[in-house]
Amino acid sequence: MSQAILTLDGVTKTFGHGPSTVHATRSVSFSLHAGRALALVGESGSGKTTCARMAMREYQPTAGQILYKGKSIAEAGSSDITDYRRAVQMIFQDPFASLNPAHTIAYHLTRPLKLHRPEIKGGAIRAAVGDLLRQVQLDPDIVLGKYPHELSGGQRQRVNIARALATRPEVIVADEPTSMLDVSVRLGILNLLNKMKQEMKLALLYITHDIATARYIAEDIAVMYAGQIVEWGPTGRVIENPIHPYTRLLLSAVPDPQIRFDDPRARLRSREVENVRRGSGVPESEALEYEAGHFARKLAMEPG
Amino acid sequence: MNHPLLSVKNLTIDYIGDRKDFRAVDDVSFDIAPGEVFGLAGESGCGKSTIAFAISRLHKPPALIRRQSKILLNGRDVLDLTPQALAAFRWREVAMVFQSAMNSLNPVSRIGDQFHDVLMSHTTMTKAQARERAAEMLRLVDISPDRLRDYPHQFSGGMRQRIVIAICMALDPKLVIMDEPTTALDVVVQREILQRINDLRRTFGFSVLFITHDLGLMVQFCDRIGIMLAGRLVEENAAEAIFQTPGHDYTKKLWSSFPSLHGGALL
Ligand SMILES: Nc1ncnc2c1ncn2[C@@H]1O[C@H](COP(=O)(O)OP(=O)(O)OP(=O)(O)O)[C@@H](O)[C@H]1O
Ligand SMILES: Nc1ncnc2c1ncn2[C@@H]1O[C@H](COP(=O)(O)OP(=O)(O)OP(=O)(O)O)[C@@H](O)[C@H]1O
Ligand SMILES: [Mg+2]
Ligand SMILES: [Mg+2]
Repeated sequence: MSQAILTLDGVTKTFGHGPSTVHATRSVSFSLHAGRALALVGESGSGKTTCARMAMREYQPTAGQILYKGKSIAEAGSSDITDYRRAVQMIFQDPFASLNPAHTIAYHLTRPLKLHRPEIKGGAIRAAVGDLLRQVQLDPDIVLGKYPHELSGGQRQRVNIARALATRPEVIVADEPTSMLDVSVRLGILNLLNKMKQEMKLALLYITHDIATARYIAEDIAVMYAGQIVEWGPTGRVIENPIHPYTRLLLSAVPDPQIRFDDPRARLRSREVENVRRGSGVPESEALEYEAGHFARKLAMEPG
Repeated sequence: MNHPLLSVKNLTIDYIGDRKDFRAVDDVSFDIAPGEVFGLAGESGCGKSTIAFAISRLHKPPALIRRQSKILLNGRDVLDLTPQALAAFRWREVAMVFQSAMNSLNPVSRIGDQFHDVLMSHTTMTKAQARERAAEMLRLVDISPDRLRDYPHQFSGGMRQRIVIAICMALDPKLVIMDEPTTALDVVVQREILQRINDLRRTFGFSVLFITHDLGLMVQFCDRIGIMLAGRLVEENAAEAIFQTPGHDYTKKLWSSFPSLHGGALL
């Protein structure tokens, strides 16, 4: 595989101190590659957003390092940081909160162009804004002069993607980008992200609770529990052949219209669930490769 | 349906605007039987939450319920309730859990006190009885009663959501309205919560109005489902039928935009 664009290398993040310390992530490692997507899934509160925020340089890791094209960003000079800010862009969950209600769509897209693409000047800016909107399948003539509240949720999320693309990024971090959107819009956004990934050779970190969509766009998947990645590998293999008890539990709970809750097969047994949680919550540094590229952590304590 | 618990008849709701009114709910009628879980699905903005708020009598201006509309609970029109009757109606008859409910707990008040506030203001329970009831409710959602003295921030999001559900159930409501109650949670916690509610309704016989974007989840949990499109109810049927033999084109379109876990990749 090509050199990684962005790597989290043994990154730990804790919040607070003393007995109330929260271990948001424990020695998390993964790499993002051009033209590929990594899905990050797992328990609520397992540290997925914390990983995203560290990649965006909003949080400093407590331990470990973040590498951009092989170089630690902690040691980067100011011009490297400017380049990094351009290269790594984020799309948030809430398409409503992430746009400023006081500004038009034209303003939202002109600003990153002026900041990060100084080579584009004068009338070329308007043309570039139009191109960005067309890339996300919005009609510039209709949306340029509009304010965020005049667009639907799906349209707003497209504007967010266009804004992220304005800087010519190499990495896009998308934290639950479609969870506030309904199914009919969701697929359009996923197709769009997928197309960007392929055509612009973007590296994509896709955080989601919707594992079916992870399969839809991500080549690789990592499953988090209690701050650790417990299993990772090619998405299809992890879903078809889950090894770690938490991954199995997670997959067994994915909504399935074929099995109704009254069906005994749908039943999660709370004893077993508690055992999996207890076992998976213990930090475990050792992982085994079960098949090519497919790893799972050993359980410190076998569930039983 | 012989004796529905809830009967919504010709419900029409407008958001009153400066220049133009917007019809968010357009002549919607459906029934929910005692003990039944009824789902409302449909795209964002189609009017699901507007209906949920109207049934709970929590709608506020600019929402205006048009005159011919009726919302009958056990035969009594919820829309005619006086303010005093309304106070008794909330929690005891109808309780509502929102998507962001886990953030609706008071951050500076212990969980036990929050139960206490609801119980004491709606019943003549003594303090000891209220404490016993709160402990019983927490056990129902798999949280140890020892934790009644804890504050909300000491619980995970999924636990907080379960606590809100426990508070909602404390007065034995006949109808529980759940508007996207688990959207922000992982699927394990989501399943635990909904499975527990499914068990509880089998035991206690309350009805549920369940709203979600996730059609797969909806079919698993609901007995019957109504599909909404732009303020109108376009299809209503048993959950299996909505899944296996969808009638309306819009329902078919909703299903076709669902990627499946064991389906192909787009890559
Ligand atoms: N700024 C902060 N201060 C203190 N604790 C925090 C902070 N940010 C996150 N945490 C804690 O770190 C842990 C990981 O949180 P994070 O938001 O990364 O989880 P997540 O996997 O994104 O969860 P979800 O799926 O619910 O979004 C949680 O226990 C959370 O409460
Ligand atoms: N206070 C308001 N003023 C004007 N219009 C409103 C107001 N609240 C909601 N609407 C409009 O009414 C329609 C129905 O909104 P509602 O919140 O009921 O939709 P929903 O089906 O719950 O959508 P979602 O799935 O996104 O939660 C939408 O088009 C919305 O824009
Ligand atoms: Mg998160
Ligand atoms: Mg709603």
